[in-house]
Formats: sequence, structure tokens, C-alpha cells
Amino acid sequence: MSGNEQVATEPPGALAPPERHVEELERVVIRFVGDSGDGMQLTGSEFSRVIARAGNAFATHPDYPSEIRAPTGTLFGVSGFQIQFAANRVFTSGDAPDVLVAMNPAALKTNLGELARGSVLLVNSGAFTAANLARAGYASNPLEDGSLDSYRLIAVDISLLTARALAGSGLSKKEADRCKNYFALGLMLCLFGRPIEGEIADVAERFAHIPRFAEANVTALRAGYGFAEASELFASTFEVRAAPPQPGTYRSITGNQATALGFVAASELSATPLFLGSYPITPATDILHELTTLRNFNITTFQAEDEIAGICSAIGAAWGGHLALTTTSGPGMALKTEALGLVTMLELPLVIVNVQRAGPSTGLPTKTEQADLLQALYGRHGECPIPVIAARSPADCFDAALEACRIAVKYMTPVILLTDGGIANAAEPWRVPDVASLPRIEVKYRTEADGFAPYARDEFLARPWVTPGTPGMEHRIGGLEKDFLSGNLSHDAQNHQRMVEVRAAKVAGIAAELPPLVVDGPDAGELLVVGWGSTWGAIAEARRQAEAAGIAVAHLHLRHLNPLPADLDEILARYRTILVPELNLGQLSRLLRERCLREVQTLHKVQGRPFRVSEILARIKAISAGAEHE
Amino acid sequence: MNDRLDCSKESVAVSLTRKDFESEQDVRWCPGCGDYSLLAQIQKLLPQLGIARENFAFVSGIGCSSRFPYYMDTYGMHAIHGRAPAVASGLKLARPELSVWVVTGDGDALAIGGNHFIHAIRRNIGLKIVLLNNRIYGLTKGQFSPTTELGEKTKTSPYGNIDRPFSAAALALGAGATFVARVVDTDLAQLGPILARAAAHPGTAFVEVLQNCIVFNDGAYAALTDKKQRDELRLVLEHGQPLRFGSNGERGIRLAGLRPEIVSVAGAPGVPEGEGVALSELAVHDESDPHGSLAFLLAQFAAPEFPLPLGIFRAVAAPAFEDMNAAIEDTARQQRGAGDLASLLAGGDTWTVA
Repeated sequence: MSGNEQVATEPPGALAPPERHVEELERVVIRFVGDSGDGMQLTGSEFSRVIARAGNAFATHPDYPSEIRAPTGTLFGVSGFQIQFAANRVFTSGDAPDVLVAMNPAALKTNLGELARGSVLLVNSGAFTAANLARAGYASNPLEDGSLDSYRLIAVDISLLTARALAGSGLSKKEADRCKNYFALGLMLCLFGRPIEGEIADVAERFAHIPRFAEANVTALRAGYGFAEASELFASTFEVRAAPPQPGTYRSITGNQATALGFVAASELSATPLFLGSYPITPATDILHELTTLRNFNITTFQAEDEIAGICSAIGAAWGGHLALTTTSGPGMALKTEALGLVTMLELPLVIVNVQRAGPSTGLPTKTEQADLLQALYGRHGECPIPVIAARSPADCFDAALEACRIAVKYMTPVILLTDGGIANAAEPWRVPDVASLPRIEVKYRTEADGFAPYARDEFLARPWVTPGTPGMEHRIGGLEKDFLSGNLSHDAQNHQRMVEVRAAKVAGIAAELPPLVVDGPDAGELLVVGWGSTWGAIAEARRQAEAAGIAVAHLHLRHLNPLPADLDEILARYRTILVPELNLGQLSRLLRERCLREVQTLHKVQGRPFRVSEILARIKAISAGAEHE
Repeated sequence: MNDRLDCSKESVAVSLTRKDFESEQDVRWCPGCGDYSLLAQIQKLLPQLGIARENFAFVSGIGCSSRFPYYMDTYGMHAIHGRAPAVASGLKLARPELSVWVVTGDGDALAIGGNHFIHAIRRNIGLKIVLLNNRIYGLTKGQFSPTTELGEKTKTSPYGNIDRPFSAAALALGAGATFVARVVDTDLAQLGPILARAAAHPGTAFVEVLQNCIVFNDGAYAALTDKKQRDELRLVLEHGQPLRFGSNGERGIRLAGLRPEIVSVAGAPGVPEGEGVALSELAVHDESDPHGSLAFLLAQFAAPEFPLPLGIFRAVAAPAFEDMNAAIEDTARQQRGAGDLASLLAGGDTWTVA
């Protein structure tokens, strides 16, 4: 692509399309940014679908403000969507964009800093009005004052061209203006040499309930594509080849979708009805949305009056024999902690999903963080051990949800599943599993009254699951300490200690059945990077790049945070330096120090954003070079 | 519903007695506590309902009243403070065939658990909620509760209570309750039949039991239960009957628009010749009134201005939440077909790599 800057409002004449050079790239990062009403999330996810269909690997990261519709044109109302796609293996949505699509001055201003000089910058020049420039705090128009000279600027009056394309469509000016994201999408599809037919069919389907919008969006999409094709704006187009991954059926999936599907699968695989008690909270609510639509399965969803009723209703359903869960995010988790004490005493199976967000308090509710790890482990009253597991990528949420359910019913215990806003809304391709290959989950309710004692335990220290309605086994459970066997109230001093210890031993005992940990990279040496949760992609990619640069570095990623796997100590002992990148101030680091009685280095980030690969790579290189840090 | 969880009611054949519902636990309420009366009445009632013992579940929160499930030989859960309606709602949704009871108190239901209380009622979910109202925090030894009267001296109101009390019945009616009743703990003639009506009511049934705390608020209802005074202080609600009180029914409630007033009943014993209003002028109680405005008005009657209404304020039919929930499942299956995991997982926008 040439470095010339152009501002175009007129489509070129209907001549033959100009000849273009095709630049082949290994990977590309595109960021769509605009006003929160500009439809950037939709544009981004539609673009992802096109990429997915072509068989490219990809990862996305939506970044939106907490206001639904912030005042138009403001810096705080900017909404973004980033996608990285490549021939194969994409670990993250990418550090900095190679292509920035900015729909207004505010979007340009808030994102330009991350765009490398020489990168492609596509802007909607029509939104660069005096009013919008003023709202974004620009003293002069950056499209005209030369400040963008070092970028490959392509300025297109998307507003005007969309309005013209839709003249006579019967849409109001405002309605027509809302179609400009499809014009932008058309431009991008042409720039990346992707066909628009599939997308046209998708738009028709998405807006099938409002035919005139379906038609208008298709018109805008075609107009954008046609404009790009015919104009000389793009001196070259890009191609990112797709290298087919493992054979199978694939779909694009977000973390929240995968979490919901994981629970449906757990219900089906255990032949146990599913119950979700939940209260809406960002960014967890999509799990409730997903499961609520799936009531044709053996699923009950209950939108409770508050977070407390969310978990308490789930406890009631678990008592009734359902595979019960509650979904929330940090502040909601805080409200549920009293009930976590109850369910630990009751020893009923329950899965609590915390889709973490940046806190404390309301914090940055639409941004990501991993700062609830210690809350998950310790944030309760009394000695209250609860297994904690974490998902490492959007698709991995499926497996993590299955694992949480398996532990819950096998050990008759609540289980906390940690995901976060980063992977909850991000999408990646998922190879759809064969149902027959998924492991069954064994659920047994006790119905044999002979020899029954409510708190008698099996070899895993789990007590029997007896649901109300079972004849001859009526008994009482509750939050008061209970007798070791009968479950009757007991204030006996020795009995309390025995019960506290057995509840702890039950959870600790899970470590015995965990599969051996897998380390990527050398199995001993200078540096081991240990991560948990959503940092997996950035660490994996950083490790790959370090290795390519000749630096030997290993990566260990933890699924189980409580109990920690039994072979952890031995693995950590094989490396001279342990580095823990975390989206908090060092919570896993603290656990590892305590567990292994050794120093670990923390790379912390609390900006509401995932790690960039480069941030982790820089630290790896620094350690490798023997530099001292922290 | 999973087949394994579907306990049929057909197993009831055996006839049960009160003894079948007494657990082995020693009852630990203070001697003379009003809670004993409710326990006895419930244990007497349940065998008559034609429901197998294993299909009863009692859920409670925290407080003296919430020890109740331990003394019942049914399934029971002593949960956490104020949350019993939420736990019970989850159980009822999961297992709609069970008879689910919530036993609570004025602090548990109206203070810490106020939100769950009103929302359970609002949904009309099939729970039987029995509130033992002693107008005091007993288990924590004597602090004022949301029903403690103004001016009352308690451990946390040594200069007199300045918290205006709730009428639990008015609160329930305000939340849209379809069954609301109030009864005195010692009034066995009324308690049993009202509990039976509550048990038979589809949807949420709310029964407030005025219960004497013998240790921390003894005598809270002394006047109301004193044989010499009680007829002047209580208004017994009877469906279809005029609102009358007094030892000879010599007084009644007349409505002047929306304003209730106490009048003498012409011709009643003790009412001088030529005085009083005709019986036909008195307001007539209608527990099935769909609008419930008279019930709401009555629920706000309080001493000393008015006699305290006892009996059933409201009993109207409305769809139960668990039935509507089951209908949603049917609708979903009609619209989407029975759930199939393989096609769900492979749903959405898929592509195949050969």
C-alpha cells in the first residue's frame, strides 16, 4: 500500500477497478473504534465471522464503555473491538493495531497513541465536523493539519457516502446514519480480499424482523465494498492465508457462551437438571441470557431479586437434586459470601461463576482484571475451603465449566469458577467436540434408608446427596455445626474441630486426582513463567516469540488454584527464576511464595486491559539478560 | 423434570399421625414461648393434608422461630438470616411437587430478609410463609425489631423506640400477596383452620402469628389475649360477614368513602334504643375481592384507634409462579424442540475443516 493520504467523498467513475498489489501477511491486528452508538461491536463481530469462515485462526477483544450511550462524540463514549487473525494459532487479540478504523475524532484521539507509525489508518472524515473536533479536544482538524502524515491515512466520508447510498430508501436521516458501520465493514472486507456474499446473507438473517433495515444495511455493505473496489484509495489489499487446523467442525465462541454451553453439557452428561439462580451484572449476564433461551433443555433459570437470592435459590435447587449454579462478577461475589459459608456447611454441590472485572466496588465494570483470586480462596468467614478453578481462554470456559461441575458433584462441595471480562466477551474459534467423546459425570442420589447417616462420608470424604421427597430419610441440615455422622446440631468442642478439619481435608484431597501438570518449553532451566486464567494467550505467545529469539523459557498455566496441584512444588524447583504475570498486584505470586517458600517475580498490570505480548516478552528478555527487576 | 426426582404423591396411602412429624431433637425454646403452639398446630395439621411425609420441606432463616425445622421430622433446612424465602424458592422451582414451608420471624422476614420476603410474595410462588411476630429480637436478647411499637423501651431503644413499625400484613398485601392471614398464637380455634387454608392455597400463603416472647417482650399481646378486654381490641374477619367487634358485637366498622369509622350497631345488646347504625351500613368483609382495597385498609388498623383485625385478610386465586415456570419449559420445547446437546454445540455459525 502506498503512503499517500487522500480524502475522498466521491465514488470514482464506473471504470475498471484499478490494479492492486496484494500484500501477503502472516498476521494482522485490526481495531474498530467509534462512538458507543456507532455499532463497532457489531462490526467487529461480523468481521470476525467472515474471518472465521475463511478458516483463519483469530482472537478478539471488545473494549466498550460502561455507559450504554455516552454523549455523542465524547472521549469517554468511545467503543472498540480488536481482532487479530492469522494463518494458524492466534493466542491473543494482539498488542497494537496494524489497521485502525476510526469513526470519529474522539475515537481517533483515544486510540492513535497505540498505532505504530506507518500503519493503516482508515477514518470516517464525515464525522470530523467542528463540533466533533471540539468535543474530542482537537484545536485543528488532524486530517488537514499534517499531524497524521506518518500514517497510511485513508480518509473516506463514510457518513456522506452511506447517506447517498440510502437516498430514496425511505429511511430517516438518523436511521440511515446508523447504517454507516456496514459501509465501513464493506470497505474492510474489500481491503482484506474477503467475499461479501456470506455477510449479506448474515445481515438479511440478523435483521429479518425489520426488512427495511436488513435491506438498508445490505445496501450500505455493498456500497462500502463497491466503493473500495472501484476507488483508488487502496493501492494494495492484504491477504492473510488460512492454514487449516485440526479437522473438524468449528464455530466462533465467546467465553460466556462457552461457559453456558459447558453447563448445559454437564447437565446432559450427568442426566441432572440444571438450575441457574442469578442477578444481572456486567460482564456475567450473558451466561444468564444464554441459559434462559435454552429452557427446552432440562434447565431452570431464575432471575432473582438480588445476588444473595441468586445463590440462595441455587442452594435450594441443589438441595432438591439439581445441578445448581449462580453467576456473577466481583461485587456480586462479595454479596454471596455469607451463603458460601452456608453451602460449605451443608456440603451440597454448587458452582459459582465469577466473571471478574476491574474493582474494587463498581471499579471499571466493563474492563477486565484478575484481582478476585484471593477473594475466591479466602473471602469468607470461618474456615471455609472451596475449590477454585480458572478458565484460560474463551473456548476453554467450556471445559472449565465441565470440570467445575464434576468436582462439585463428586465431592459434594461448592466450586468457584473464575473467568474474566477479557475472555467472557472475547471470541475465538472452537472445535466443536463430539458429544460421545465427552466424559460422563456421575451423579448419585442416595435412596437407601438402611444405614443412612446424613454426614457419613465416602472415600473422597463426600457425604451422600439425599433430596427431599426421598422416603424414610427425612433429616435436617443447616448452617449450625453438626455432628460428624448424624448431622444433628452439635456444639461439642471436639466435634467442631473434627468437622472443620474434615471439610478442609475433603477439598485438599482433590489434589490427589488432578492430572500431572504440563509445562510448555524446557522442563528445567533459567525461567518458568507461571500463569492462571486469561493471561494464557499472552504468555503462550510471548514464550513462542522468546523461543524464536533464542531464549529458553518455560510456561506453566494453572487450571486448579485450590487445591494447587501436588506436583507444583517439584516443577517450580526445577527453575532458577519464577515469573508470574497477573492482572492484579500479585495474588498468585503470594500463593506460590507461601506454598513453595521461595521468591517469585510478579509482573503486574491493573489497567482494565489484558497483557500485551510485548510486555511479557520484555520481562522475559530482561530476566534472560540477567537484569535485576522489582 | 428428571424421572429420578419425581416423587409421586401416590405413596401417601399410609395414614400419618402427629407423632410422625415430631423429630427426636429436644425442643429448646423457652418454656411458655408462643412458638410451641405453632409447632403443635403444624404437627397436627400435616397428617391431615394427604401428603407423604417425605414431600414436606421446612426452610428457615435465623432467630428463635427459625429453629422450627429441627423439631419437625420432615426434610428441613436451617439456612441463613433472612434468606429462607430465596432458598425455598429455589427448592420449589426445582421440585414443584413438594410442600415447601418457610418459618420466619419479624426480624428475619421483615428486616434482614425484607427483600426476599416481598419478592417471593410478588411472584406468588407456592411457599407457605409463617411469620412468628413477637415484636422483638429474641435470640440476640432484646433489641427492637421492625414491628416493635413506637416508644417501646428495648436494649437498643433505652429512651423509647423511634422506628415506626411495619404492619406485616400490609407489607405483604402491598407486595401483591394472594393469601394473607393474621392469628394469635394461643387462639387454637383460629390457628389450625387458618394454617389449613394456607396449606391448600396455590401460590404464596402468608400467615402472621402474633407470638408472645415470654422473656424479652412478655405481654406484648396481653390485652389482645385477655378475656376481659380482647373482644374490644380485636376484629375477627369472617368472609361475607359485616365487620363487628365487642363482646356482643355491638360495634362495627363503617366506611365513609375511603375512611373507616367505628360505629355502634343498632339493636345490639348494650346499644341504647334509637342509637347506632343499621347492620346493613357496616362494611362487609370480602377476602376474595380482586382489588383487595378493603384488605389493605384493614391491614393498617392498629391500636389504640382501631381494633386489630385477625383472620384471613385476603385469599384470591392467581397463577402460581412454579406453574408459569413449567409452562415456559413447554413453550420453549414447542418453539425449539427438545434440547439436543450435539446440535446445540454445533449451532451458530460453523465451518468445517477437512
